[in-house]
Amino acid sequence: MGHIQVCALSKKYMERRTAPRTVNCSPDVGQGRYLDVLNDINLHFEDGELVCLLGPSGCGKTTLVRIIAGFEQPTSGSVTIDGKQVKGPSSNHIFVFQHNGLLPWMTVWDNVRLGLRHMSDREQMNDRIREYLDIVNLTGFEHHYPHQLSGGMQRRAELARALVVNPDVLLMDEPFAGLDFLTRLKMREEIINMHEYFRKTILFITHDIEEALVMADRMVVFSDRPAEVRMDLKLNCSHPRDFTKESALEDLRRSVYMELGVHYAL
Amino acid sequence: MSRDRVRGLLLPLLAFLVFGGLWEIVSSLGIWPPSAFPSPRRAAIGMWELIADGTLLKHSVASLFRVTAGFYLAVVLGVPLGMMLGWWKTGQLMFNSIIQFLRPISPLAWIPLAMLWFGIGDKPAVFLIFLSSFFPLLVNTVSAVNRINSLYFQVAANFNFNRLETFSLIIFPAILPAVMPALRISLGIAWLVVVAAEMIAVKSGLGYLILDSRNALRMDYVVDAMIAIGIIGICLDRIIVKLTRIRSVSWGSV
Repeated sequence: MGHIQVCALSKKYMERRTAPRTVNCSPDVGQGRYLDVLNDINLHFEDGELVCLLGPSGCGKTTLVRIIAGFEQPTSGSVTIDGKQVKGPSSNHIFVFQHNGLLPWMTVWDNVRLGLRHMSDREQMNDRIREYLDIVNLTGFEHHYPHQLSGGMQRRAELARALVVNPDVLLMDEPFAGLDFLTRLKMREEIINMHEYFRKTILFITHDIEEALVMADRMVVFSDRPAEVRMDLKLNCSHPRDFTKESALEDLRRSVYMELGVHYAL
Repeated sequence: MSRDRVRGLLLPLLAFLVFGGLWEIVSSLGIWPPSAFPSPRRAAIGMWELIADGTLLKHSVASLFRVTAGFYLAVVLGVPLGMMLGWWKTGQLMFNSIIQFLRPISPLAWIPLAMLWFGIGDKPAVFLIFLSSFFPLLVNTVSAVNRINSLYFQVAANFNFNRLETFSLIIFPAILPAVMPALRISLGIAWLVVVAAEMIAVKSGLGYLILDSRNALRMDYVVDAMIAIGIIGICLDRIIVKLTRIRSVSWGSV
């Protein structure tokens, strides 16, 4: 299961004195100045949906996902997963970081083992780790340290570490940032395959509209800060997708670019 | 052996030979009497005498024992305390000033009090060595904990780590690359301090050997004790460097 319900979610940060003055500050709240990051977000994510979240950088996508992960508390509103309110981080909803999410002092094996460390049956635990390392094609790299792996392999190891605990929800914050183009394309494919196999609810932040069009079941496009939902689209085409040939996808791509304020996209 | 290795051994040896040659030249110039500036030959004979009758070994062991005891105490108290203060921000705010206040007081300034409190013997020397290593280790450990990437704590929270697991699986391994150089530096300081400490309260150790030889006007023995201190110092440093090279310790350097 992995229904996520985001209700009337708002997040304000107290503006620090050292921070540069920003446009969207409301000076009337109390005595300090506040920065509105999220403003009354209402969203409902279905179980097993792969949702790509798009929006201008700094718009609050990451804050939204961090609140769903339980790393931050909302100023008002609530997040519930399968009816239970999110109060803090839990291995039921795993966050996959932009980079360096693996613990660098542990081997790939020990990193993947993190979520299973309380399993009593060692044999069963080892089998499970082996199985998931195989799923992400890292068999043979068990005893490597993260710095000995390429960026793509590090992402895959982190994915194995997240999947091995069988969470209901995966939260991915631009997990392909910093990977080269070819690796990105391969990783998209792996995420699609992984998603077809496991059917987890995945919230996937990206800046890459093509990436979202190729992968997502649904796209949510946010406005500039404070983030509001501007577009919420279901994509019902089957994989693999080729948006240069399917005119519906091509139209969608243009309209998302328009929404994000880019008018001369190819 | 590869060419680099041969160079790595021969070049330092060459430097020592040049150093010995200069020593020989200066002593033969006769600026100072041989009793005040022993020649390398005289020092070598003295060294042989000290080794043959076991004096050098006895004093080296005594010094090493004190350094080991004092340094060990400093590590087992300083590092865990530093980890706790790094984690517990209120405590850090509370104790930081008093640590910064005690830190610049030279361990040698504690000598009179140490002798009154612990009498004559190993105890005051061990106490002084403890003081010399404790504060550098504590301060470095606290700052190492402060510098841990907060992302690792989020990973810990995400996988439901309890406090003990956060300490043993995150904080401890995360600070090792920063703590190892601090161990190296504070062991060096401890070895510096032991000589001074032994000149006061004890009747053994390399520091005592220097003082005793001076009283007997045997400057060759003084030089020999200095050479022994240098050699043992290098060995101690090598041991720590070897520890630093362990893979799970040096994860940060690659």
